[in-house]
Amino acid sequence: MKKAVYSICGMCTVRCPIYVESENDRVTWIEGNPHLLGGALCAKGSAGPALREDHERPQQPLIRVGARGAGRWREASWEEALDYVAEKLADIKAEHGAESVVLSSRGGPWQSMYKAFIHAFGSPNYTNHDCTCGRNTHHASLSINGVGRKGFAYDIKNANHLVLFGRDMFSSLRIAENIQTLDMLDNGGRLTYVDVRQTNTGVKATRFFQVRPGTDYALALGVIHQVIAKGYYDQQFVDRYVSDFRSLMDFVEQYTPAWAAAECGVKEKDIIDFVEEIGQDRPKVIFHPGWNLSRYRDSFYASRALHILNILMGNIEIKGGLFIPKGAGDCGVKGIRNIDCGKPDIKRGDGVGWKYTHFDKGPGLAHLFFNNMLKGDPYPIKAWIAMRHDPLSGMPDPEEQKKAFDTCDLLVAIDTNYSEFGWYADVILPESTYLERDTPICQQKGLKPRLAVRRKAVEPKYDTKASWEIFKQLADRLDIGEHFPYNTIDELWAWQLEPTGITMADFEEKGFVELTDSPIYYDRDALDSQFKTPSGKLEMVSEKLNGVELPSLKPYVSPDKPEKGMFRLIYGRTAIHTHGHTTNNPLLSELMPTNTLWLNKREAKKMDINDGDWVEVASNDGFYRATVQATLTDHLHPEAVFTFHGFGRDIPRQTRNFMAGVSDQKLMRGKLDDWDQAGGAINLCEVFVSVKKSIRNRTGRGTL
Amino acid sequence: MKTYMIHLNSRRCIGCHGCEVHCKTNKQLPVGPFLCEISHAPLKKVGGVPKTEFVFSSCRHCEEPLCVPVCPTNAMIQRQDGIVYVDQELCIGCMACKTACAWDVPVQNPGDGKAVKCDMCMDRLDRGLKPACVTKCTTHALKLVTLQAA
Repeated sequence: MKKAVYSICGMCTVRCPIYVESENDRVTWIEGNPHLLGGALCAKGSAGPALREDHERPQQPLIRVGARGAGRWREASWEEALDYVAEKLADIKAEHGAESVVLSSRGGPWQSMYKAFIHAFGSPNYTNHDCTCGRNTHHASLSINGVGRKGFAYDIKNANHLVLFGRDMFSSLRIAENIQTLDMLDNGGRLTYVDVRQTNTGVKATRFFQVRPGTDYALALGVIHQVIAKGYYDQQFVDRYVSDFRSLMDFVEQYTPAWAAAECGVKEKDIIDFVEEIGQDRPKVIFHPGWNLSRYRDSFYASRALHILNILMGNIEIKGGLFIPKGAGDCGVKGIRNIDCGKPDIKRGDGVGWKYTHFDKGPGLAHLFFNNMLKGDPYPIKAWIAMRHDPLSGMPDPEEQKKAFDTCDLLVAIDTNYSEFGWYADVILPESTYLERDTPICQQKGLKPRLAVRRKAVEPKYDTKASWEIFKQLADRLDIGEHFPYNTIDELWAWQLEPTGITMADFEEKGFVELTDSPIYYDRDALDSQFKTPSGKLEMVSEKLNGVELPSLKPYVSPDKPEKGMFRLIYGRTAIHTHGHTTNNPLLSELMPTNTLWLNKREAKKMDINDGDWVEVASNDGFYRATVQATLTDHLHPEAVFTFHGFGRDIPRQTRNFMAGVSDQKLMRGKLDDWDQAGGAINLCEVFVSVKKSIRNRTGRGTL
Repeated sequence: MKTYMIHLNSRRCIGCHGCEVHCKTNKQLPVGPFLCEISHAPLKKVGGVPKTEFVFSSCRHCEEPLCVPVCPTNAMIQRQDGIVYVDQELCIGCMACKTACAWDVPVQNPGDGKAVKCDMCMDRLDRGLKPACVTKCTTHALKLVTLQAA
């Protein structure tokens, strides 16, 4: 039987809209939703059906029988596995209090359900992966704009100039954004790219700054200095909306382009020329404030500088600039309902909200649990539920993390794949693949907000369930089922849509429902209420940071140089994989089966390393080492080595990526506790590793 | 005569290798064969920016294909519109076509041992659609060009 549905991709967390055809319960065709993407889809998107057909994923609930991480499992029915988890949770709650349970997730549009579950259970400890992703950018935006990083979106297509600091967008592959950027370039727009290496994004740039690792902030300061010196900023906008501009002017006085050029290892003339370009191109100049800016110890301040540059450009709420994403309310219609439950009034176990008052309390900061867990302070953590989140793959130093996880009586992984956390856990509850599961309806904010929904294209191949079922069935067992007012997905959708007057039939035509016909812009002269800072202004000096004795305008400190034989470890993405989620996918593993270690060609020659040679890369304490092939390039800063994240995994049931390549996070020894006190994120690129030519390049004897 | 060509706008290509997977999943090929490929030259600085050109390669659908006459079972066929394709019913997997081809275009499908190559997704063309690689190109860099007589 043939079937076709519009849905939402789940190969990465961009969640592109898709159209899926199937026949006899097998997917025969997937393309990007023609109404939104004109069919465009990436390699990962096309490899989705291979995930569905893959037997190397958990096929039914698994309960651990051997030691943690030993890989000895017993297959269980859902009844048994859910009973097991619920009973354990109930026991832990009775003995240690509900707050001793943490639930972490990837985040995303459906997180309200997971959050509601843990809140209804009685714990405030919901957290997500963002401490290894966008938290610095998020907190930087909050400190200036009073709204988080999603408080602005970017009209790249109509911009004159896009500036990216380490944002390798053509590897991260937000397809709609990529198409917009290429359209902008086709229309004569400019792209300036800043990174320690050349990337798929940088090769499209009209200007490229290869900077010394850790000097993004210096370059941004030099640019701010020159923009102000040349008067290339929107004076009217600044007068109207910005507070403490004088402080900013005084602060950047010392950071001249000549200084920045020397610090970053670029030419002064190039910085000056760049500022001349943006002087011509403004206000339609977009400085992307960073995505995964959990990198250097001043990434938070680098992101603040980029946010400030957007303000100086005066690009807010204009075509070709930044816009405030609009929702149902802006369209004069009622929004959907979401599963929700208020947070219990208990101190968070990670210290956010009471020990650290300048951070967003929503998801807290996952990495701040670990030390507290080891000390049992402010209370013991006895269970950790990871909802499609893999702390052991995403955060530094998995062996240190395991010490903290060992304080727990229960570790549960809910995931489509075997995750490294799942492999260490006590119970794996296998989620159906995105092609086999429905999800709640979500609102996608924008100039033209819309509602979207993922619908299953095929039935689950194995004994797996969708997350809405898993949480409902756990909730029922824990007597908190009333927060999940449905039994079927149809009931859930109907409950969500009830206030809106929209029905599921309205999604049939295009896979989404637009809440307005034309783009909505706010009046640019009346934006006052949009900035939720204490003063209502765009704050160059943040009251909140002042309150915790952190500087808003932080004097620049030069990054450490690596010692001899050591290099700064830089990780990044490829267009082929979504971190560790896809490295075992048959079709994507075929395109990139392992990672290599990128070295600067001249540095490599000094160590007699040639392209393709085996090299040994080791953590600073020698605890972890891997032997991988070297990729030599002229276009990587000599202080750095680079590798793609998502490899070096050792889950035997994933045969394709088993022990393939090097794990960046395992190289990050002792770095779980190296984090940005102002921005909250982990400093993932403050890591030095040793590299030498491997002895394994020799040909062995001793064979017959 | 040759009617169709797949053209890559290198300025829009981001080297994501999507087309390679779009192609092989549409043809339900296992791990192993690829019917098209994205490659690029080593990076070279142009105006201070290390740049490269991406190249898309697949079957050229030659006007006078060498693979067609060499096929012992007449499985390699040139259509009226110039598309050169393998009739899977007739192919015996001898791979004489690959030997004859200057670019080694036909590859063996490890699934059934038969030759397989780009056929411009002629089943899709015949339904008024575009080849899989063109339809799903991540950045709309690939185009189907219909050639006209001069």
